[in-house]
Amino acid sequence: MAFFALKNVTKSFGGLVAVKTVSYEVQPGQIAAMIGPNGAGKSTAFNLVTGLYVPTSGEIEFNGQSIGGKKPDFVCKLGIARTFQNIRLFAFMTAVENVMAGRHVRMGAMLWDSLLHTPKQRAEERHVREKAMELLRFVKLERHADDYAHNLPYGFQRRLEIARALASDPTLLLLDEPAAGMNPREKEDLMELIRAIRDRGTTVFLIEHDMGLVMNISERIAVLDHGEKIAEGTPAEIRADSRVIEAYLGKSA
Amino acid sequence: MLHWKKYRPIDWALVAIAVFMPFLPLVDHNGGHINVLVNAGIYMMLAIGLNIVVGFAGLLDLGYAAFFAIGSYTYAMVASPQFGLHFSFWPMVLISAFVAAIFGVILGAPTLRLRGDYLAIVTLGFGEIVPQTFLNLAKYTGGPNGISAIDQPKLFGYHFGLNPLPYYYLVLVLIAFSLIVANNLRTSRLGRAWMAIREDEIAAAHMGINTTTAKLAAFSLGASFSGLSGVVNASLLTLVSPDQFKFNVSITVLSMLVLGGMGSLPGVVVGSALLSILNFFILPQASNLAATVGLHIDFTSYRFMLYGIILVAVMLFKPEGLWGSEQRRAELKESDITKAENAEYEEMPRETV
Repeated sequence: MAFFALKNVTKSFGGLVAVKTVSYEVQPGQIAAMIGPNGAGKSTAFNLVTGLYVPTSGEIEFNGQSIGGKKPDFVCKLGIARTFQNIRLFAFMTAVENVMAGRHVRMGAMLWDSLLHTPKQRAEERHVREKAMELLRFVKLERHADDYAHNLPYGFQRRLEIARALASDPTLLLLDEPAAGMNPREKEDLMELIRAIRDRGTTVFLIEHDMGLVMNISERIAVLDHGEKIAEGTPAEIRADSRVIEAYLGKSA
Repeated sequence: MLHWKKYRPIDWALVAIAVFMPFLPLVDHNGGHINVLVNAGIYMMLAIGLNIVVGFAGLLDLGYAAFFAIGSYTYAMVASPQFGLHFSFWPMVLISAFVAAIFGVILGAPTLRLRGDYLAIVTLGFGEIVPQTFLNLAKYTGGPNGISAIDQPKLFGYHFGLNPLPYYYLVLVLIAFSLIVANNLRTSRLGRAWMAIREDEIAAAHMGINTTTAKLAAFSLGASFSGLSGVVNASLLTLVSPDQFKFNVSITVLSMLVLGGMGSLPGVVVGSALLSILNFFILPQASNLAATVGLHIDFTSYRFMLYGIILVAVMLFKPEGLWGSEQRRAELKESDITKAENAEYEEMPRETV
């Protein structure tokens, strides 16, 4: 059984086929990537995985379980967390509250505990806050723990979103264009962070436009164009693939 | 964590007033005043409950009076000559809260997919349907006459009678309890989930928050508070009838939240206290005063006009409410900035964009 695999996944919106029979497998401990021009269907593929969309056909497998069409909170509970292309933080919650909210699914407080603040609930809250602070340190945002997410600079917001996603102890982390809008220095830091995440034992699967970043850190790359997978392989193989070059640069005359 | 420096003198004033409240009847022997305060207290409990739904979870509910009605009728039906049942008051406080909570789930479930205006309209409908149902089920509810001769509570052999004083203390205790519970909820796993849903529902779901159960919990917990106040209301008046639970009750409670500050517990207390004072005290007094100088104006009939003026003034000068949360203040300020930025963007010549 595969750790994570898309098997002939198709998604159509009316007449538009956004993702067409795409298959792709990610091995545990990998940094895998999916690239492709705008509108190639990358984000749709992510949304199919996390349950925002239901696949029209095909299977999505995670740890031997079929997760296609399951609800986002269920998918998160199984161990898949994600970030969003256009940052979706809880804007008017503080950074640490954002990360604590990300921990929700791993918390055990029941209604009763929340109502009465039982000793068990208080111990858990303390523990979760510590854990959230630890994650903020990991993404180097500990100094901004009490700032509203909204007031953080753009690059910090991207890192906070990663910390929030990591709070649920995912085994697979999906990053939707994590380097979008970052300057070269921030991209360097991001690459370091992604490697550190992998070294913590979390498999990383990312969508990215930035070729430099993808080629640098990914071990396996799939290329999507018009909803179809046109190539798959190591960065070196992808670089040499004529269909990929064509998709990105156009056919030579 | 407590940040003592963050407390302003006015915060301490609020605490001082709260601490003074139990001793008020020792100073003020006027039963009429105490009665006004009991009514104000019932509204305060309603406001605390509605704040969970609207303030914490961000679900605009315009039919909150429905749950107040359900709480009141639950007690009335089992503690009056209506069916010859005379259940004890104290367990019924909890049971009515529970019944209201169940109806919170029942009425909340069909609205889960709705947001904002749509949710408001559907809940408005529920708010109208429930009293109408009580009106039409005359066989069980006494129809337009309602249910009368409702039992009053007994405590250690002491009968609550026409004297409002025991009710005053009962309501104080229930308010203190409600505030503690509401504050616990706010600073818990569930409260954080509500906040997350209010901020971004899709992101919340992706963080593993089951938005369905979290929203239903908000509806049912919010409703349970009005169940509490319903029981007190029914036993205080010894009468329930459908016209006590009209749309104006929902709107009054919502106005209290807007005035005080949605999502802020001190705001809810201040907002509901101020509107109640206006409602039950200032307006009737003003009418009496006018009568003594020969003017026959019934100021109480201008109540909703005054609400309107107050709300418009609050929206203009302090949109987060008189005692709004820091969070909401930041949110509203931000939307101003965004608006200004957008305006700037619009003004730029198209070529440079």
